[in-house]
Amino acid sequence: MALLEINKLTKAFGGLTAVDGLSFEIAGGEILGLIGPNGAGKTTVFNCISGFLPPDSGDVTFEGRSMVQRQPFSICKRGLARTFQIVKPFPAISVLDNVMVGALLREPSVSIAQAEALNIIDFMGLKKMTRQEARGLPLPLRKRLELARALATKPKLLLLDEVMAGLNPTEVDELIGLIREINDQGVSIFMIEHVMRGVMALSQRVIVINYGQKIAEGLPCDVVLDNAVIEAYLGKEFISAQCT
Amino acid sequence: MNRLHLLLVLILAVLSGLPLVLSKYTLGIFIMIFYYAYLGQSWNVLTGYTGHISLGHALYIGIGAYTSVFLAQHYGLSPWVGMFAGGILASLVALILGFLGFRFGLRGVYFVILTIAFAEITRLVVSHIEVLGSFSGIFLDFDPSFRNFQFRGNIPYYYIALTMMVLSLAAVRLIEISKLGRFMVAIREDEDAAQALGVNTFKYNMIAIAISAFMTALGGCFYANYIFYLHPDSLFGMGLSIELILRPIVGGMGTLFGPILGSFILTPLSEVSRAYFSKGGLEGMHLILYGIITILVVLFMPKGIIVYVRQWLKPLIPERKGDD
Repeated sequence: MALLEINKLTKAFGGLTAVDGLSFEIAGGEILGLIGPNGAGKTTVFNCISGFLPPDSGDVTFEGRSMVQRQPFSICKRGLARTFQIVKPFPAISVLDNVMVGALLREPSVSIAQAEALNIIDFMGLKKMTRQEARGLPLPLRKRLELARALATKPKLLLLDEVMAGLNPTEVDELIGLIREINDQGVSIFMIEHVMRGVMALSQRVIVINYGQKIAEGLPCDVVLDNAVIEAYLGKEFISAQCT
Repeated sequence: MNRLHLLLVLILAVLSGLPLVLSKYTLGIFIMIFYYAYLGQSWNVLTGYTGHISLGHALYIGIGAYTSVFLAQHYGLSPWVGMFAGGILASLVALILGFLGFRFGLRGVYFVILTIAFAEITRLVVSHIEVLGSFSGIFLDFDPSFRNFQFRGNIPYYYIALTMMVLSLAAVRLIEISKLGRFMVAIREDEDAAQALGVNTFKYNMIAIAISAFMTALGGCFYANYIFYLHPDSLFGMGLSIELILRPIVGGMGTLFGPILGSFILTPLSEVSRAYFSKGGLEGMHLILYGIITILVVLFMPKGIIVYVRQWLKPLIPERKGDD
């Protein structure tokens, strides 16, 4: 049985159908990439899965249970955590306190939650900033904090919304390593990403959407050669750059 | 015990000894300092820590005062018990308000309007209820005894108010270091992000508003039995709602000592300047002074005066462990 099943998911904003009858699955342990041009409906898919938007029709099933009609906090409790594309740190409290909020979801004891949070902060390479206010962090570190917090809720499936956007190549490579390690610990990952370097390196499978509909699905190396994908998203330069 | 704790114990010892040396008038000022620090701390739970601005906290003061006095006058119930009845009633009203606000996602100014509306509606309703004294209010009969929460002189009130302030400080400290407090702060900082991390924001918002209302109502009971007079306009009115939020704002919202510091600065200023200016025929002048101070603090010290006091006290605060 798939870990997450999306069945004919549809969401419209007024006359605009942002997600249009989309169906796909994520298997346990998998890393699935979601790509597509700006405005294709990627973040709307995330919002529908994580409970921030109610879908108009269709179903989201996580471990055999429907997640539609549930509130975001209860979906997170079931083991499905997300990050936000526009990061939402708790600005006036420290990095440690930020991560502890996530850790307290499963750990009632504040001191044990603190120890867990410190471990995750260390793992994410944020140790030097442990006591700093989150508002002072530069964007690349805020993205890591966003990931650290979600990770602290001990998810089975992690939805990552453009965690690599705005990072330089070295930072992207570091993050690729971290995400791979998270996946090795048994966490499935569903990521929206424009940084193709990250998508190609991490995804076992990729879904491409445009105008809310799936236009391609398959292995990353096959998908980038698909004519519809090149037309809609990558552009011809991508292929010539990849081939040379 | 570190040096900061030692300082606090020292301050508490000095405050406990003050009645031996101070005049009745000055003790009265200290009672008001403790009382407003207590109210500010109660308000701080909802607005400072959880981030929902209430401009109608007089509602809970009024409920606490009227409930305990009503139960004492009509059923002979001791205010010591009646104050908790008032607290529970205030919590229930707050939960109704909270349900409307939090369930339907009223944020920012819309939530503020809701809190004002509840307080104002209650003020008008109480003003028309005969057994609650309607417009003219209720005078309490003076029958001093511990059971009646009535005393000769200021000294017992002084110790009760001091105890209430210290207990509210302890309560908020316990909240602050618990899971509850951490979730409340997360909601204040970003409600959506808190939801995404599995925080049942509705539940924690409801808990915060219930605690805040309960604490505030106990203050109302104290005030009624100190002043011996209840009036709907002064107990449910906007004036009191504004008065009680100025101290935590000036001192520092969402901090443990902000409301206390704010009260130690603003309350004496208010009392002394009121007396001084009204002698010169300038009634209301102290409110202008107040306004100016609040504007200056908001402009130049938006996080409250506590931030600067922390700087001075830095040598007393132990280095935190856990990072290297």
